[in-house]
Amino acid sequence: MSDNGTPHGEVVSHGGDDFGSDAVRLDQGHIEGSGGLPARFENPGLPPHVARMSDLSEKAAKRAEKQVATLFGIASLATIVFIIAYFTVDPEMTAFVPGIGEANPYNVILGVCLGLALLGCGMGAVHWAKTLMPDTEMVEERHPQRASDADRQRAVDNFLQEGGKSQIGRRPLIKFSLAGALALPPLALVLPLVGGLGPLPKDNLSKTIWKKGDRLVRDPELTPIKADQVTIGSVYHVLPANIKESHEVLEDKAKAAVLLMRLDPSIIKSKKEIDWGYDGIVAYSKICTHVGCPVGLYEQQTHHLLCPCHQSTFDVTEDCKVIFGPAKRPLPQLPIEVDSEGYLVARSGFHEAVGPSFWERG
Amino acid sequence: MNALAARRRHPAAIALLILLGLVVTGVGYSVLAPKTASATTASASQVEEGKKLFLANCATCHGLQAQGTKAGPSLAGVGAAAVDFQMGTGRMPMAAPAVQAPRVNEVRFTQEQIDAVAAYIASLAPGPAIPSPEYTSGENANVALGAELFRVNCAMCHNFAGSGGALTRGKYAPNLRDIEGKHIYEAMVTGPQSMPVFNDDNISPEGKNDIIAYLHAVDKQENRGGMALGNLGPVSEGLFIWVFGLGIMIAFAVWLGRKAA
Repeated sequence: MSDNGTPHGEVVSHGGDDFGSDAVRLDQGHIEGSGGLPARFENPGLPPHVARMSDLSEKAAKRAEKQVATLFGIASLATIVFIIAYFTVDPEMTAFVPGIGEANPYNVILGVCLGLALLGCGMGAVHWAKTLMPDTEMVEERHPQRASDADRQRAVDNFLQEGGKSQIGRRPLIKFSLAGALALPPLALVLPLVGGLGPLPKDNLSKTIWKKGDRLVRDPELTPIKADQVTIGSVYHVLPANIKESHEVLEDKAKAAVLLMRLDPSIIKSKKEIDWGYDGIVAYSKICTHVGCPVGLYEQQTHHLLCPCHQSTFDVTEDCKVIFGPAKRPLPQLPIEVDSEGYLVARSGFHEAVGPSFWERG
Repeated sequence: MNALAARRRHPAAIALLILLGLVVTGVGYSVLAPKTASATTASASQVEEGKKLFLANCATCHGLQAQGTKAGPSLAGVGAAAVDFQMGTGRMPMAAPAVQAPRVNEVRFTQEQIDAVAAYIASLAPGPAIPSPEYTSGENANVALGAELFRVNCAMCHNFAGSGGALTRGKYAPNLRDIEGKHIYEAMVTGPQSMPVFNDDNISPEGKNDIIAYLHAVDKQENRGGMALGNLGPVSEGLFIWVFGLGIMIAFAVWLGRKAA
């Protein structure tokens, strides 16, 4: 039917119980009708009741009964095995379990038995309901919810007459103070909810704890790194030294994590990357600009950085430009230099917000 | 020969045999032991032997002087550790050109031959030596610290349980189950194939030993009774539950909604 409301081969009976008899069936193809849509469709009523095998033959009913009993029996049996296994199987034992390999049979037996017990109960109940419980269709009429007109009128009269006696119309002071008293208390409920959302984010999303002069330190040990320790092809997972003083270590770490790599300076194509690095040592934010996963998969030969979550790939020789995947911006670079003792330090913080995009990101 | 055969049941034969065995073992140990400790003490004859093996097995791709060709990289400065890792795990010589050399269970060279080639390569230019067993056994190590180091430095490619994972364009990080500690250490110091280098300044030898201890602990870890699905994390588990979990639920929904015959 291409447009609604016009008769396009849809022949609909004009009442009576023969609704289905002269309606066009789908497999008859396109037939131009002569009738048109009726003003009102007739209720086709319930389809005829089809008796089940178990309704017709006592033998089938007996069989269904046995099937239900078997399912319930499986449930009981599984529970009994569960209880026996609970007391007899050594919880520390390992053995070969088919389909799993070398595993702990105690847990496997308990789990499988519990599963079978529940499944047996459920399947038995469903099979019982489907085969033996009555399945004749029933119609229960819905009662109207509207009250009688007399009741409705009485309610209105009550409100108007009795309400007038409270003198609310005559005493505006009460009227307005009541309005205020009803309108303001909900604020007392809403305020703690909004206040409980925590402090405003301020510039937390744009700033990391990296600042000028911070030493680059190895991730779990927090020891500083000398430039000559970073050989070509190396990868260091780096944090700022001041993470030690942080009060929110995980929050700060989640933004400040940095990947330090050393490449042969001759293969770096970006001048800015060389300038912000030190003799081929470059530091990039480890937080993916797509949704913030840690970009840690560095391929030493291709110099590609791969994000494990959505396969965004960054080319370290081209200032971590995105060469594949859903990320839209290159990874931010951390400018580094070497201090008087030969340790790598940050020349400044990140020049842009690290990690995924957010609404107010500049 | 006949005389020897005739006296094979002589009471002294057993004693003689044991003595012979002890001599062979002792001589063999004294010859081999210093070599595994440090590649720099390789004898000239070992280097010569290694060069022969190199020319026969490796030079096609790596060049007659190990200078590298289009088919294989230069081996100057890769060190004995790289040779021991690549040949000891069967990755080299490669059976066929491929994106990545796979680990092969059947290593076609004896440890002596591998040591000889390692000595030859190490004689070309200084590089990482074969690590001392003190740091590759995974004993006297801090497994918890090793696990932390592993999660920070290795887990993004090799998976938290060392099950391995995919990289770009057909490359992959291999799984780390049942790998000798020595090879794990050597892979970290030399950075084979796509893997970056984790030299001893980055992760100390003690730290590497901790990582080895962690991986060995994972190898020995008992399955508490569930299908691990390769320990690959959410991908394989998600796939399993989407296919089988949802499939079973749909089958039950169809069964529930159907009238009995």
